[in-house]
Amino acid sequence: MTLLAVEGLTKRFGGVLAAKSVSFALDEGEMLAIIGPNGAGKSTTFNMVGGQLRPDGGSVMLAGKDVTGLPSRALCRMGVGRTFQVAQTFLSFSVLGNVQMALLAHHGQTRQLLSDAAVMHRDAALALLDRVGMAAQAGRPIGELAYGDVKRVELAIALAAAPRLLLMDEPTAGMAPSERTALMALVAGIARAERIGVLFTEHDMDAVFAHADRILVLVRGEIIARGSPEEVRADPEVQRVYLGHSGTRAAGRARRPVHG
Amino acid sequence: MEWSFLLVQALSGLASASSLFVIASGLTIVFGVTRIVNFAHGSFYMLGAYLAVTIVPWLLEFDRSPTLFFVGVLASALVVGLLGVAMEMLLLRRIYRVPELFQLLATFGVVLIVQDLVQLAWGPMDIPGPRAPGLRHGVTILDQRFPAYELFLIVVGPAVLALLWLLMHRTRFGVLIRAATQDREMVGALGVNQAMLFTGTLFLGAALAGLGGALQIPRISANAHMDLSVITEAFVVTVIGGMGSVPGAFIAALLIGLLQAFGVLIFPKITLVLVFLLMAAVLVVKPWGLLGRPEAAAGRAVLPEGILDPGRMDWAGKVLAVVALAVMLALPLIDAYAVKVGTEVLIFALAAVSLNFLVGNGGIVSFGHAAYFGLGAYGAGLLVVKAGLPMEPALIAAPIAGGLAAALFGFFVVRLSGIYLAMLTMAFAQIAYAVVFQWVEVTGGDNGLVGVWPSHWAASREVYHYLTAVLTLAAIVFLRRVIHAPFGATLRAARDSAQRADAIGIDVRMHRWLGFTLAGAAAGLAGGLYAFSKGSIDPTLLGIPMSVDFLSMILLGGIQSVLGPVAGAAAFHSLKDFFLPLTDHWRLLLGLSIIAMVLVFPRGLAGAFASLRRRPA
Ligand SMILES: Nc1ncnc2c1ncn2[C@@H]1O[C@H](COP(=O)(O)OP(=O)(O)O)[C@@H](O)[C@H]1O
Ligand SMILES: [Mg+2]
Repeated sequence: MTLLAVEGLTKRFGGVLAAKSVSFALDEGEMLAIIGPNGAGKSTTFNMVGGQLRPDGGSVMLAGKDVTGLPSRALCRMGVGRTFQVAQTFLSFSVLGNVQMALLAHHGQTRQLLSDAAVMHRDAALALLDRVGMAAQAGRPIGELAYGDVKRVELAIALAAAPRLLLMDEPTAGMAPSERTALMALVAGIARAERIGVLFTEHDMDAVFAHADRILVLVRGEIIARGSPEEVRADPEVQRVYLGHSGTRAAGRARRPVHG
Repeated sequence: MEWSFLLVQALSGLASASSLFVIASGLTIVFGVTRIVNFAHGSFYMLGAYLAVTIVPWLLEFDRSPTLFFVGVLASALVVGLLGVAMEMLLLRRIYRVPELFQLLATFGVVLIVQDLVQLAWGPMDIPGPRAPGLRHGVTILDQRFPAYELFLIVVGPAVLALLWLLMHRTRFGVLIRAATQDREMVGALGVNQAMLFTGTLFLGAALAGLGGALQIPRISANAHMDLSVITEAFVVTVIGGMGSVPGAFIAALLIGLLQAFGVLIFPKITLVLVFLLMAAVLVVKPWGLLGRPEAAAGRAVLPEGILDPGRMDWAGKVLAVVALAVMLALPLIDAYAVKVGTEVLIFALAAVSLNFLVGNGGIVSFGHAAYFGLGAYGAGLLVVKAGLPMEPALIAAPIAGGLAAALFGFFVVRLSGIYLAMLTMAFAQIAYAVVFQWVEVTGGDNGLVGVWPSHWAASREVYHYLTAVLTLAAIVFLRRVIHAPFGATLRAARDSAQRADAIGIDVRMHRWLGFTLAGAAAGLAGGLYAFSKGSIDPTLLGIPMSVDFLSMILLGGIQSVLGPVAGAAAFHSLKDFFLPLTDHWRLLLGLSIIAMVLVFPRGLAGAFASLRRRPA
């Protein structure tokens, strides 16, 4: 079933047309990658879908409901979770506290004045951390973690709201190659197990061709190609404009797991 | 109403606008480059006026010529510019990287120091200045007399704007100023030249303030209140115009000048309320002012300055709390004076904890917390004096008054963050102050109101002390609880990353607004208790110095600590009570102490306590 349908999204920053009538759809449990060079408009597209930016034109439908221009907090309540290109966490909290905070918000308890926040949702938060492999670090201040681990915690935070759709803007940016593969495998596992739709951008072509069901290629705000990894890999336009030589090699190397 | 009258009114509006722009342009340029809101800008303005009333008459003794008058005015501006250079080299350089709250407080320390030094140098009396030779006459415009000097002032604003434009576009220094204002990263790449740029900018900014002050001497006497009154107006102009934008300041000054000139005709008493409405309207539509731009988010996230993990109270903390409580309860055994100081300490402790609930826990740097304290005091006091109600309902009304005012102002405040927020809270506090000050029939104006006495059963100092102890401690314990509760954690989360908070479904603005209102209510209760402890109310309860006292308390106590502000309030108020009668230079002392605290002791008493205990025995 179609989870997310984006139609004609457009955003202009002064003279720059950062997104030009971008349209795509995403099914439940599907992993859709947006690839493209720096400045192509990937983050802009993400921010319009995620409610951080209001589009100049076009619409965003979530499970059949028009959610265009809704703020991020409203989208969260409708089942959209996200991670950011530069990880956003609560720096003064512990790893566990970050996830507890997300759970407090999810349960609508943020206005409670008398209960003790430190003991609420501990077990649920630990379970979420366990799923992303961070339970052992639960007690540490999040500021002490390696960046790759912060990204994992960010994933746990996003999962706390039990999302139907995950938006991940460059989930593996700033990670070591081995960490990247592990994180993407983790995301793919969770997405398929829970039928969460995942929209992600990624510079690491290995990760993209290994895990994406479909790929959109965005260049200068426009989608120039779309399709299965094989189709995108074979597209001469994509090879010329974007993938170039190294990208083509990565695409050839990657072996997608068969599923579904 | 005749057209000629309206024209004259418009002209006098333009004259005020022009003067206001000259001052505000300096503030906004300095902010653009250094990202410091310089409270002492008002002090530079005052110094400009005092220097001019000294230099200009001396020059006019040689020859009563317009030339020498303006030579004197320019000389005053230059001297003030040099003082700006001194301030940059001695102080600002050391605080470019510290959190905004500390920067604001440090520059306010300079305000206090200058106030005392000006009084030392020029005495407490207002000093009238000479009229400008050649511009002393009136000009007849459509049957109305209009002072020639005001006409001249109208020209000064656009002239300064034009000169600044030339400077910004035709000189290397000006191009650097613009570049630094637009792009923070660029400043770092300047290397050696950075120090020169910053020093030069302070010279320019201070000289503009000095010029603004010196030009006022034919209109108003140099006096000791010029600094704070002008800094509020200059803040309002820069906030409306957009911080860092010189043309924005020009437009905003015009708007405010004309609004005041015509507002006086329609609502003579409440021109300030009109200014407030203008500012509120602009900020709702354009949170960064007319021509301002949103501050780019800092690239690398840094640990916030404030309460990190409220944690549990450990044994040492518990011992300390019990001892403090025992001392408070035992004060009546000592003497009446101790009881008086103790009662006040309790009241200020509540005010300080409520302020740190915002600053330390929420990252909401309120520079006008005294407004809610003072409005709480007036809410209670007016009910007793004017409505004849007894103390009990008045003490219930106090937090309601503080909370309602905070809810009203907070609605606008929480739309902003950082330095804009601090300036807006201060501007609101000044507006509340002005309303209380001007509305003489109800509030008693400057003199305030007397006869705010407790009910019969609580009339003795001792009983009132215990009543205060029960109420303030209950409120402090409650606020501490809230800090540990999900609501307090949510405010910290929003402070750490508003974007992340939004993405997990938190309505950041709404929570901040509720927090602001709650803190305002707590401050209002403190204010109500204060009114009954003094038996009177007056506008100083809402003034900037009171807000700064509260900030000094939390700074002294440590803003990263939940209960540190209690210790800060006790230390600050006891010291003030002890030293104030002994010295004529309390402000000098306080100013120097604030600067010293910011420079060497930024984590306050609680920080010192914690690091003492962490040291291996
Ligand atoms: N807030 C903004 N203001 C102005 N221009 C922006 C803003 N955000 C992005 N842009 C511009 O939009 C284009 C797309 O940026 P972005 O979406 O971040 O690309 P990507 O994520 O693909 O690297 C770039 O040219 C960028 O400079
Ligand atoms: Mg991007």
